[in-house]
Amino acid sequence: MTHLAEVPAWVALLTALFLLIGAGLTLIGSFGLLRFDTFYARIHAPTLGSTLGVGFVLIASMLFFTVLESRLVIHEVLITALMIVTTPITLMLLGRAALYRDRTEGNDDVPPSQATVVKPDVVIPEATGDQPPPA
Amino acid sequence: MRRWMPFPVLTATLLAVWLILNESVTPGGVLLGGVLSVIAVRMLLALDPPKGRIRRVQVAVKLAFLVLADIIRSNRAVATIILRPDSGKRTAGFVLIPLDMRSPYGLAALACIITATPGTIWVEYDSVKHTILLHILDLVEEEVWIDTIKGRYEKRLMEVFE
Repeated sequence: MTHLAEVPAWVALLTALFLLIGAGLTLIGSFGLLRFDTFYARIHAPTLGSTLGVGFVLIASMLFFTVLESRLVIHEVLITALMIVTTPITLMLLGRAALYRDRTEGNDDVPPSQATVVKPDVVIPEATGDQPPPA
Repeated sequence: MRRWMPFPVLTATLLAVWLILNESVTPGGVLLGGVLSVIAVRMLLALDPPKGRIRRVQVAVKLAFLVLADIIRSNRAVATIILRPDSGKRTAGFVLIPLDMRSPYGLAALACIITATPGTIWVEYDSVKHTILLHILDLVEEEVWIDTIKGRYEKRLMEVFE
């Protein structure tokens, strides 16, 4: 990495600062994942890393390579856009899976399904709490 | 024009993505990217996507900045909750929010906004009753959250997409 000497000090410092903030936020998010107690609280924590955490790393990357290569490097913007568009899919999948399991097991801490109330002709069988015998 | 290129905005976006990835704008690149984008959109038609368009670009841009500010603020809020020593005492919970918005693209955008804002997760959407179920990490006042989602995001999204 001999090119590093060509980078002005203020750019290097700013890049380092952004990288540290991004990495720090991601670390705090992972710490929260470890620390929170319930599943639903836990999936909040990593979103720090997937929003501003990755955002700061991308800003650092854009700044550094724009200066290093003396041209505008902005293709990191695509990463941001694709992250924003794709993370809801994973989160919804996880959230709904957890909700489905909690309702099937009859845990009280989740709200009941709306579908049973709305359309009486398409009754979704409610969880009775009967567990199938262990195999 | 419509038959040949059914989703002009999407086609233009794909071309832009192609050019950004190539990091150059040359006649050859534009031609190849353009042909690929048109083909890709034609393939998308096989999935029969619902009709929709962006009506008010100005509102959309304003909303994007509003969301960016909210993302920064809630990142700070969630980081504070995690680092606070008594973080076990916070009250997390579910909120059921009735929606007036029906546009599938508006709903998708709302899902992205809610997910991108730490502290709120979209858990379930009921397409019969038109309600969304959110899980909120720091649930102090249920009404406040309903007003935030409906007044801050849904109203603007409806202006953009409906």
